[in-house]
Amino acid sequence: MFESFPFVSVVHILVVLVAPPLLPGVINRVKAIFAGRRGQPLLQTYYDIVKLIRKESVLSETTTWVFLFGPVAAVSTGLLAALLVPLGNASAPLSFEGDLILLAYALALGRFFTMAAALDTGSAFEGMGAAREATYACLAEPALFLGLIAIARLTGGLSLDGMLGPALLHGWSVAAESLLLVLISWFVVLLVENCRIPFDDPNTHLELTMIHEVMVLDHSGPAFGMVLYGASLKLFVFSALVVRLAFPVRTGSEPLDWIVVLAGTIGVAVGVGVIESTLARLRLTSIPALLTGAGVLSLFGMILALVH
Amino acid sequence: MVPGIVDPCMVLVLTLNFHILGTPRLRSLIFVVGLHGALLGFLYPVAHQGFHAEFHGGPAALGALIRLGLLTAAIVGIKGLLIPNVMHRAVRLADIRPTLSSVIGFTPSVLLGGIGTGAAFLFASRLPLREGHEHHLLVPASLATVLAGFLVLVTRREALGQVLGYIVMENGIFVFGLLLIDAMPVLVELGVVLDLFVGVFVMIIIVNHVSRAFPEASTEHLRTLRE
Repeated sequence: MFESFPFVSVVHILVVLVAPPLLPGVINRVKAIFAGRRGQPLLQTYYDIVKLIRKESVLSETTTWVFLFGPVAAVSTGLLAALLVPLGNASAPLSFEGDLILLAYALALGRFFTMAAALDTGSAFEGMGAAREATYACLAEPALFLGLIAIARLTGGLSLDGMLGPALLHGWSVAAESLLLVLISWFVVLLVENCRIPFDDPNTHLELTMIHEVMVLDHSGPAFGMVLYGASLKLFVFSALVVRLAFPVRTGSEPLDWIVVLAGTIGVAVGVGVIESTLARLRLTSIPALLTGAGVLSLFGMILALVH
Repeated sequence: MVPGIVDPCMVLVLTLNFHILGTPRLRSLIFVVGLHGALLGFLYPVAHQGFHAEFHGGPAALGALIRLGLLTAAIVGIKGLLIPNVMHRAVRLADIRPTLSSVIGFTPSVLLGGIGTGAAFLFASRLPLREGHEHHLLVPASLATVLAGFLVLVTRREALGQVLGYIVMENGIFVFGLLLIDAMPVLVELGVVLDLFVGVFVMIIIVNHVSRAFPEASTEHLRTLRE
């Protein structure tokens, strides 16, 4: 697993640590442009995180260690997932056969502890958000997994390095329809996992329909800073997955490959911003239907991959 | 043997099947069923084996091309324009509710459609198909489309939803017909499309009458009909 720790791995870790909070800034800027506003600075999430880390946390008397462990788990599992996804030309710092399972369950573990922290507050409101998060995660996870199976089948690899590497280019040449369906499905999974419109509105704090924001209402100070950072890490991981799936081309030049992936993640953030500006949030009752649709698209993509 | 564009089109047809299974909105459903039919109509000349040979071949090339063009226009016109227009007209005249309801719900419908598509692929892989047909999606797409149409037919409560399910089922059979295109005379093909149109036309008239006699054209009320 750790045979060598070359320079590119250091770059990978630095990018993973520094780049993610830029993406929410890009989304907000796109939304501001659509609304005809100047919008907040691109680096606003960085400022927010620094500001929150300096602040003091207010903890409810009913909470236990689980409440504070939620944000820690969100950041650590997000970092773990980000270390598994190959970004540049070289392999990811953590790579082994079957790491796709770890990726999916690292993200699920983070979600589990976020939900546990929400339940730990004893607030019915937060419990409701946790229940919704669990329901939608149940529907989104099969879509992610079926897509991973389709890619594994087409590339013949079981590690993300192999699956999202040059072998995927061959996959696109023989079964483009299958991968296109998986790509669409994963984009829907990206939107739901990161609580974006049309599934959830990250800007609401007062409505009964919110999902993620309601789970972290009681967090404050450094804990809330970690929640923000963990959320941006998750967005970065999913964006990187989508970009690697959409552009498996390797230029051969290490810096150029990094630029392609980073520009791609920013492109995904722009896409999310455009969707948030042009779509309304779905009714809660319609969300399972859309998620099932994404799952079925992934299933269909997997069937096509198996047929090829 | 089967041109390369047919498989991506079949993927599109199968994706439209999921939309047909999942949407409760009648107008959207009619539009997509029309699109479904039109897409298959456009596939007719593509799948027509004699097309290239006739076009590049002898002096009868132009006549064959015109015949093929007219046939395609007839199929696309009937499946993609005429039938949806008649149905939109029926919705307007009979004042039918703009949303459909399903006996099992729309999400389970989509799920069943996904499972059915998987089963269709599995079944098609075991069929003793002619050489050249087994590696293409025409047979599984046909089976999956017939199944999707059947699901819509049996699960939608409204009569118009059932008519649409019937059309989707016919589309599935049409996909199967694309495999036999060189063996099937033109007249048979046109006859089938015209039969479909007449069938839909008659069903729409019945739906209109049902709507006038009862508050809504839902088959749920049929069980309460007594002498």
